[in-house]
Amino acid sequence: MKNMLTTTALIAALALPTLATADGHSAMDPDAQYGGNITITYKDDVATLDPAIGYDWQNWSMIKSLYDGLMDYEPGTTDLRPGLAESYEISDDGMTFTFKLREGVKFHNGREMTAEDVKYSLDRVTDPVTQSPGAGFFGSIAGFDAASAGGGEGLSGVTVVDPYTVQIQLSRPDATFLHVMGLNFASVVAREAVEAAGADFGKTAMGTGAFKLSEWTIGQRLVFEKNADYWREGLPYLDSVTFEVGQEPIVALLRLQNGEVDVPGDGIPPAKFMEVMADPEQASRVIEGGQLHTGYITLNVNIPPFDNVDVRKAVNMAINKERITQVINGRAVPATQPLPPSMPGYTDGYAGYSYDVEGAKALLGEAGFPDGFETELFVMNTDPNPRIAQAIQQDLSQIGITASIQSLAQASVIAAGGEADQAPMIWSGGMAWIADFPDASNFYGPILGCDGAVQGGWNWSWYCNEEIDAMAIEADSMTDPAMVDDRLKMWSDVYMAVMEDAPWVPVFNEQRYTMKSPRMGGADALYVDPVSIPVNYDYVFVTDVQ
Amino acid sequence: MLAFIARRLIQSALILLGVSFITFALLYLFPADPVRQIAGRSATPETVANIRAQLGLDQPFVVQYLRYLGNLLQGDLGRSYLQKTEVGTLIVSRLPASLLLMAGAIVCELMLGLTMGIIAAIRRGTGTDNSLMIVSFIGVSAPQFVVGLLLLYVFAVQLRWFPIGGYGTFSHLVLPAVTLGILGSGWYSRMMRSSMIDVLRQDYIRTARAKGLGRARVLFRHALPNAILPIIAMIGIDVGIFMGGIVVVESVFGWPGIGQLAWQAIQRVDIPIIMGVTLVSACAIVLGNLVADIASLLADPRIKVR
Repeated sequence: MKNMLTTTALIAALALPTLATADGHSAMDPDAQYGGNITITYKDDVATLDPAIGYDWQNWSMIKSLYDGLMDYEPGTTDLRPGLAESYEISDDGMTFTFKLREGVKFHNGREMTAEDVKYSLDRVTDPVTQSPGAGFFGSIAGFDAASAGGGEGLSGVTVVDPYTVQIQLSRPDATFLHVMGLNFASVVAREAVEAAGADFGKTAMGTGAFKLSEWTIGQRLVFEKNADYWREGLPYLDSVTFEVGQEPIVALLRLQNGEVDVPGDGIPPAKFMEVMADPEQASRVIEGGQLHTGYITLNVNIPPFDNVDVRKAVNMAINKERITQVINGRAVPATQPLPPSMPGYTDGYAGYSYDVEGAKALLGEAGFPDGFETELFVMNTDPNPRIAQAIQQDLSQIGITASIQSLAQASVIAAGGEADQAPMIWSGGMAWIADFPDASNFYGPILGCDGAVQGGWNWSWYCNEEIDAMAIEADSMTDPAMVDDRLKMWSDVYMAVMEDAPWVPVFNEQRYTMKSPRMGGADALYVDPVSIPVNYDYVFVTDVQ
Repeated sequence: MLAFIARRLIQSALILLGVSFITFALLYLFPADPVRQIAGRSATPETVANIRAQLGLDQPFVVQYLRYLGNLLQGDLGRSYLQKTEVGTLIVSRLPASLLLMAGAIVCELMLGLTMGIIAAIRRGTGTDNSLMIVSFIGVSAPQFVVGLLLLYVFAVQLRWFPIGGYGTFSHLVLPAVTLGILGSGWYSRMMRSSMIDVLRQDYIRTARAKGLGRARVLFRHALPNAILPIIAMIGIDVGIFMGGIVVVESVFGWPGIGQLAWQAIQRVDIPIIMGVTLVSACAIVLGNLVADIASLLADPRIKVR
């Protein structure tokens, strides 16, 4: 075993002790004010606050503030840092992770968090009785298959060494494992609270996070109250955060303009976007940032004529991506490849298939379809997706392809994509794909790899290239932190090879726009935090506290 | 009378059974797999199969339906797939808000509708009558989300008389109740107008006038009670109309009732909630109609029970 201080935060703490506080984080804002409450609005009810269940952008950031996991991210970045783990060691073969826990961390009920709680939480999330949508992320932990078969014995690979040490044994090398430990699904929960609440645990909360749940009136509001004993000293700045639900985005914007709301959680409604951006005062309070998102058209390689790579390339050349970004008021940047530009592993300088109608026609002719063909384009039925589908339809008609649009409910499109022979083309908008964690591998396995090309899977192109699959597995076996750059190069090669086969038309990468009230403070990065959407509640503050 | 009510109750139960079957069958046939939604995009086939078995969704349709019915008879509406909580609890926690909104809407539609109807009847054939009937026509035809957003913009955003959506005080209730009530007030003004015109033609009104009673006294003491009774009896039927309207109005105003719950559940295909809200709405409509029938009986002895 070798000891490694692998995170940038800890290295910074050693090199520049003045910047870092005792627990090794350097993100404190010297201008921050303490106190106050902010109001966030959402259209939909909060489904659950159970970290094993919650899997939408609304509850993801809430759960992040109520709970902690072993790993965490530097606020506003995609850089890993230790959370409840004070430090960790990785064995030479990359198969054993030993986490040393912080001492004295307390749950909101006052009990100290120990290694037993970590094991309990990981056993719970992988137990099929929990029905966690995140269970699959823990597939590399030894004993996962037995645990997910049921029986309740838990993960044999997770062992409690002493109250402050947890050891996790993997069954295969997994370069993404620390990211997995930073997912909400790996949050540490208090067993007694889970058992007391039973099936309704998701309507309560008992973690170690910066905030605790103090009120939940179903259908109306949730109130998070500051955890005064929070283990990251000096955080959070706010006394409380109020989430008001059931508010249409347009109503939320009106209330923001009226000074009643601080951040509309669903963002600026598309119909009002131009108006807001045209007003310099309002536009100055809109923070723009990248998003780990790619919108794409899948071309089902099982369904002729998309089994012909030249047809797929011709479609790639026929799509005018610039114009499609205009359909959504320019709230995106045209994409050239599966990975979004802010994701490590993105291939700089790759131009992709550029827009070339004549070239596309010629290629389609060579492929044996000089007069085009008829096909279907599936799309989710909420704005702006049908409008985007119409733009795609027009582009295709330029090269003779007649695509009829099938505009359906989200769940129906996903179901059609999961069948081998149903959907020739799908526009992914509103459904896929936003990264679960900031790692290049997250855009491959389920949506481009052979594992996803199964009934009910998310690989709607049904593309399966075993050579590329082997490259992906090799890349994720590079667990040595010294090989990070080699690994990213390999992932870049994977996506370039995928583009040669053209199972997708990457169309655009959505940008994020968070609007805030004039009284909100904190670095801009906190308002476009890649992990906490819309904002990182632990680090933002208000400037008008009396 | 009691036999009539008993017979109607049995009919109602059969209607509800039919509604439950049709809704259940439609949701069963809907091309989306709830288990996939629960299991998430990273789930293994084994996990999916396991969850399917836990929820009993691997059983044949008839078994699933009979089990749902069995639970229903014990008052158990099941658990939401995505919210992981009792559907009954969700509905009960939201029902008071919807009932309050409906009560507000009834008050609003009666106040607006009856007043307009009476004035139109008295001024029959005049410009006042015509303009009131045009207004009522607009009220009946205007889409509720447009009316709602318009009222919100004018009275909450521009004039700031009322809060911009939300729930809690009387002033929160006004705009959504008016939005929901405007549709009904259009109907009521037309019905009240014709009912009033009918009554004003009756011999006893002529008698009352002939014996020299004041115009107001004839109108309010003699004509109004007879004209208004058949209309009051219609309120029960309104409940059915409201059930459709609250889905829209509650979403626009952020009103935490069951309409909003239904709308969110439909978007996420959360089948147990859709089932639960549909059944509760069907109950309300059936009961509303029953109440309307009984009220008509009491209001007008000329209606005979067969």
